[in-house]
Amino acid sequence: MGKLLKYLRHYKLESILAPFFKLLEASFELIVPLIVAAIIDNGVEGGRGAGYVVGMCFVLVALGLVGLVSAVTAQYFAAKSATGFARELRGDLFRKMQSLSYSQIDGVGTSRMITRMTSDVNQIQSGVNLVLRLFMRSPFIVFGAMIMAYVISVAAGNVFAVTIAVLCVVVFGIMIATIPLYRKSQSNLDSVTAATRQTLVGVRVLRAFCKEDEEVASYNRRNTALYSSQKFAGLISALMNPLTYAIINAGIIALIYAGALNVQSGALTQGEVIALYNYMTQILVELIKLANLIITVTKSFACAGRVNEIFDLPDMLSGGKGLPEGGGAHFIEFKNVCARYSGGANALTDVSFTAERGQTIGVIGGTGSGKTTLVNLIPHFYAASEGEVSVCGANVNDIGDEALRSMCGIVPQRAVLFSGSIRQNMKWGNENATDEQITAALKLACADDVVASKEGGLDAHVEQGGKNFSGGQRQRLTIARALVRRPQILILDDSASALDYATDARLRANLRTLDYDPVVFIVSQRTSSIKGADKIIVLDDGRVAGIGTHDELLKSCPLYGEIHYSQYEKEGA
Amino acid sequence: MAVSSKKNVYRRVLKQLRPYMPLVILSLALALVTVAGNLWVPIIFGEIIDLIISPGNVDFDGMTAKFILLGGVIAATCAAQWVMNIINNNITYSVVRDIRSQAFAHLQVLPLNYIDGHSYGDIVSRNIADVDQFADGLLMGFTQLFTGVLTIIGTLVLMLALNWIIALIVFFITPLSLFVAKFIATRTYSMFIETSRLRGEQTAFVEEMIDNLKVVQAFGREQPNAVTFDGINDKLSAASLKSTFYSSLTNPCTRFVNSVVYAAVALSGALSLIFPMSLPIAFTAGKLTTLLSYSNQYTKPFNEISGVVTELQNAVACAARIYELIDEPAQIPDDPDAEELTDVRGDVAFEDVTFSYDPDKKLIEHLNISALAGQRVAIVGPTGCGKTTLINLLMRFYDPLEGSISVDGRSTKRVTRRSLRRNYGMVLQDTWLRSGTIRDNIVIGAPEATDEQVVAAAKAAHAHNFIMQLDKGYDTVIGEDGGNLSQGQKQLLCITRIMLCLPPMLILDEATSSIDTRTEMRIQRAFARLMEGRTSFIVAHRLSTIKEADVILVMKDGNIIEQGTHDELIARGGFYNKLYNSQFAK
Repeated sequence: MGKLLKYLRHYKLESILAPFFKLLEASFELIVPLIVAAIIDNGVEGGRGAGYVVGMCFVLVALGLVGLVSAVTAQYFAAKSATGFARELRGDLFRKMQSLSYSQIDGVGTSRMITRMTSDVNQIQSGVNLVLRLFMRSPFIVFGAMIMAYVISVAAGNVFAVTIAVLCVVVFGIMIATIPLYRKSQSNLDSVTAATRQTLVGVRVLRAFCKEDEEVASYNRRNTALYSSQKFAGLISALMNPLTYAIINAGIIALIYAGALNVQSGALTQGEVIALYNYMTQILVELIKLANLIITVTKSFACAGRVNEIFDLPDMLSGGKGLPEGGGAHFIEFKNVCARYSGGANALTDVSFTAERGQTIGVIGGTGSGKTTLVNLIPHFYAASEGEVSVCGANVNDIGDEALRSMCGIVPQRAVLFSGSIRQNMKWGNENATDEQITAALKLACADDVVASKEGGLDAHVEQGGKNFSGGQRQRLTIARALVRRPQILILDDSASALDYATDARLRANLRTLDYDPVVFIVSQRTSSIKGADKIIVLDDGRVAGIGTHDELLKSCPLYGEIHYSQYEKEGA
Repeated sequence: MAVSSKKNVYRRVLKQLRPYMPLVILSLALALVTVAGNLWVPIIFGEIIDLIISPGNVDFDGMTAKFILLGGVIAATCAAQWVMNIINNNITYSVVRDIRSQAFAHLQVLPLNYIDGHSYGDIVSRNIADVDQFADGLLMGFTQLFTGVLTIIGTLVLMLALNWIIALIVFFITPLSLFVAKFIATRTYSMFIETSRLRGEQTAFVEEMIDNLKVVQAFGREQPNAVTFDGINDKLSAASLKSTFYSSLTNPCTRFVNSVVYAAVALSGALSLIFPMSLPIAFTAGKLTTLLSYSNQYTKPFNEISGVVTELQNAVACAARIYELIDEPAQIPDDPDAEELTDVRGDVAFEDVTFSYDPDKKLIEHLNISALAGQRVAIVGPTGCGKTTLINLLMRFYDPLEGSISVDGRSTKRVTRRSLRRNYGMVLQDTWLRSGTIRDNIVIGAPEATDEQVVAAAKAAHAHNFIMQLDKGYDTVIGEDGGNLSQGQKQLLCITRIMLCLPPMLILDEATSSIDTRTEMRIQRAFARLMEGRTSFIVAHRLSTIKEADVILVMKDGNIIEQGTHDELIARGGFYNKLYNSQFAK
């Protein structure tokens, strides 16, 4: 939480004024019992008369009014600081998230990132708001009441001190005892939720295997565990109200007895005893508020901790020196490259190859053989754990991600479009692209008919994720998006899987006509998509099983043959 | 919600409470004790204060007697309150447990029709969030509604008894705080709507961009995104400031009204003391103290009750949603004289079967299929032609509207669902793994399988190797969604299940769609062995995997338009031929 406090820096004044006005309000509240005492002692007993009483009652209303004004001022400053705090926090968090590397994204997971951004930040915001409003007020009233009591009478003050101490022990003791119990209940509830989900998602399989009774039995076990934990937690938290009630009343008894002794000796008046009684009743309410506040703050701290985990992720984007002039012997070169995801086995082992401008490189292999990993190393989405990936003779670790990625046009496996218009989506490739350039790219990607089929052409609306386009249409549009950039390195990661063979072939023919000679990487499961490539890399479990042209590989690489013939009949080849 | 159905909900809730009625009555009795104690205590304190008049004029003997009485009342009140709290908790949690149990048991017998037609999130939230919300409402209703009403009535009566003038003053000013609260709530409602709309907008944007963060980075869109984000963020922050601020006015405002009430009580009380002659009632400083403490207490139950009413309305709405789920008609139970399907040979026949999910949309009409024992039946056709529906019918996930399906000549409606399903081994395209270990998942169909049998099955399904590469091999725990396993690996596990329990009939719906072609070829060999002598229904996208089938059913729009072996169908040059050639065009 401490680290996040810096987001209050623009709201320093507000964050000081809010609790200050709260204190003001509390002080006015503390004066009330004194006035009542004065009314009784001076007005009723002392014979100052009705005029005095009326005056004092106006003072009471005035105090209430001033309290109201201070409270409203305080709420305003608190709300302003809290919402401003949340705004700056969200802004920074979003920027931080955007700067995470691929492996960090994999590690955190997108759904967790979204929770951090939304519910966690909201929880922190309400925590900040409450702290500013109550953290000063409640202790101030509790201890203020005690100090007032000491002012009236030392004996009464002592009673207050003891009562407050006992109350604190009980209130916080019960809270501390129940927090882990509630946490346990919560995890039991999570388990009940998971069981409900599971039975729905797996309904076909569960019914196919006749698991209904077993499911019910296992659910009832979890449900009963939840019941027991809730019941136990309830048993203890049910003590809170009766115990505090007993303590406060015991305190009042002691207070009145001490007061009676003092009145007898003439040290106190009846009105002052009434004032003390009123102070005592104020304490309880504020202590309970304080206890609830502490629960909220604890939750906010937990959320702040989770948000900080994101901020604490190291910055991975490399600045770098940019591309060297002239370039190396090869446009792209992999030298004994290994890659590993955090904690796992090698996804790629000892991969070496070169690629030149204008070449088409095919990458093929089974599920999990490392195809996607290989192409992700080129734009430095992941870093090689051993060996060296270089572009134009410079190690991609040193080039600088922005410069490197602006050379690349990438078509990811999952064809995603963003909400907006087709034109806006195409401009992701190049912010300054003209309509002519966009149309040309669409034509190359065989996506011109997609645009033509939609009302509005380039202005046609795209729903989130591109849901209003079919899988094949989306793939062609994402290819066009990459081409708008006129990239020097074009990476198609299994991006033609939803295209029929004829369109796939036409697309590949178009890619050969590109006048800016990019190197094209085509990742595919189908040999038909990469047959014509200048060089085909066959991967098997992260290792290179063969490199060569289609015909060469058919002769030299049994794995390639196996893949090919599993898709084509032998006699057909 | 219609009034009558709301009434029904109340009746259902009462029925749900019936087993706990003695506890409910006990709780109400204890509430009475608690309220009485709460109201009595300030009176005694007032009386004690009247014994403390001035120096030399303090009645210690009288005080001692009062203190003893006070101690007894406080102890009784506390005890009653504690027991009441415990009872209320127990009733609530028990009812929650009962409802969840009922709902879950009902999920097991609901027709798939319902489950397929509702989002999982919706059903889960009924069983979890709605039940919780309902329980909260119930608990609050118990603890606060009854005691609140009692407190208000009790306070009023006692105040009237103490000083009817002051009582009337309090009675008329207090509702002001309710009006203020209500006024603020209605005014801020639209601000909250605006805030949550903007929050929704921001969440949608964040979801879209964070979900596809890799694409965002690949195209270097971080900067433009941050600008868009800031735009929404500023608007959200402004709206949130407004709604937070205005809604936080409620407390200070009601506090102010309370302080006015307090001042009024003090004023009228003090004046009654100064001019005792003008009033027909006896009044003392102690009574004034009691009244002041009442006027502090009196407004609290009002605020609580208005909270409880919203909470209760909410709870009733939630209860309605839960009962809607529980009341959803279950699937038609097995015939009472339904037989167990045993010793299956595997002749399967569809006779004049008509079926559709939606009465307005015809799907399968008058369908006839006959598969002989041991045959491999492949089903092909474009998306939406009814392939998966056939499987739903075979497994009796759905029943035909007309016609019948039989196994070995016995109508499947005459046999128990369980025995029918036990005779099928099913692998679906949508792989599903339960949370648990790999082994738990494999033995789902054969819980008594030995480790050797499990390993043998895994080897047959080519899953053994990847399982051994996992942290703890067969004991690796996987989460609900299969954790880190790839789609292909999940499919291999599903295939292993079938390899282990070896039922006499098989259903393979795109069972190898996510497995790379090379592994698939190997599994096909294992499948081929498995299918030996077993009636199998195979749905596949890749036509190469079904060429060996004994009979291929080509479906289109719910009908079988062609039927025969691969060679026959190719030779016929019809739809299948076209489909096949489009896939292998070079």
